[in-house]
Amino acid sequence: MADTNTLENVDHSTDHGHDHHEESATWDGAGTPFKASYGKLMMWYFLLSDAFTFAGFLIAYGTLRVSMNTWPVPDFVFSTFPGGGHDMPLYFVTVMTFILLASSFTMVRAVQEGHQENQKGVVFWMLLTILGGIAFLGCQAWEWNTLINGEHVTITKNPFSAHTESGVYLEGDGLEGTPMHKIKAGDTFEVGESYLIHKHNGEWENLKYKVTEGPNTGMVKTQEFGPKAFGALFFFITGFHGFHVFSGIVFLIIIMINAASGLYIRRKNGYEMVEKIGLYWHFVDLVWVFVFLVFYLL
Amino acid sequence: MAHLTYTESKSKARTIIIILAIITLFEVFFALLGKGHISENIHFPLVITAGVMIILSLVKAYLIVYEFMHMKYEVPGLVKSVILPTLLLVWAVIAFFYEGNGWNKSRNNLLDKYNSPAQEAPAGDVGYLSDEIYRIG
Repeated sequence: MADTNTLENVDHSTDHGHDHHEESATWDGAGTPFKASYGKLMMWYFLLSDAFTFAGFLIAYGTLRVSMNTWPVPDFVFSTFPGGGHDMPLYFVTVMTFILLASSFTMVRAVQEGHQENQKGVVFWMLLTILGGIAFLGCQAWEWNTLINGEHVTITKNPFSAHTESGVYLEGDGLEGTPMHKIKAGDTFEVGESYLIHKHNGEWENLKYKVTEGPNTGMVKTQEFGPKAFGALFFFITGFHGFHVFSGIVFLIIIMINAASGLYIRRKNGYEMVEKIGLYWHFVDLVWVFVFLVFYLL
Repeated sequence: MAHLTYTESKSKARTIIIILAIITLFEVFFALLGKGHISENIHFPLVITAGVMIILSLVKAYLIVYEFMHMKYEVPGLVKSVILPTLLLVWAVIAFFYEGNGWNKSRNNLLDKYNSPAQEAPAGDVGYLSDEIYRIG
């Protein structure tokens, strides 16, 4: 009896000052620590851990990049556009970024309609968000297809690189009349100039060139393949991000169907589930800000 | 959320998305300008283009986390418990770039050794390895 009294006293003393506990508090954090529900709080911590995973990937990219003497130049690598567009540096990836930003905005709107308990509005804006996500994945599929089937980049072979010496080409790329044609015999190039090694009938054609500056002047060399880490890093990092987009779409569809069925009306919590998937979706957009910075802008 | 009315938060979201779009366009423009795609005569050193774009990306990240994800309207404890751990990444970036630079130096040392003609055995002190052979890096 005395023991119970003491416990109750302790409970009261720790509860003192917590105005917002709904249930009997079992610890100092009360029923809802940080005034956020369990689900929302855990979503934040999951996103924090995911941020470290992505940061690890992107820092690995940066570390390997500075450790190499040459690296593919992004505005040369990513310069194609659907419909046969060439020499359009970063145009397509800017379109992709805008699609993802737009879907982030529609997600904000869905959460706002949720707070208003407006079921139709939630479903409408979530549907737009899902369409934005699908459009983004479609763009990424096109980009991957161009790199894999058009330019033959794999996780172990990277035909994109940049020159480390100035020189003059001794042969052309033999692509006269196609938009891929860039190099004629006798063309000169400077340090840092980009090139792509082409594949003809399954054979790589590394062009011959003569060095015109520096200690190796006069030497005849052939174009070397770029750092092979580039392909692996690109496909793994954008693939990991794309997988996040994909799983986000799956969850958005599930939650949209639940919202449409009236499940969240009965919960009467301002469509908190929509808010939680909203956090995840904005995070995917946030990661893209840094993928865009590291892979395309720098 | 709690601090803004429905109409206020609607117009706020519109303002933020427009700012994000403008920053993105400016980033792309600046990246292309710095690399000489807009005018062949203009080239910025990497430090400037990289610096500007990193800062702008951090601004975008701030807007997404604080406005779109409502971090601005959460209690301070939640904000700290999520934001402070990410500061560890500052050190991760410094440490790994330092390391990457080190790899670059060793790679070039090896390339230099490989490309330079073989040296003759040094005269005198037979049986000892000279300091030059023992040098590290």
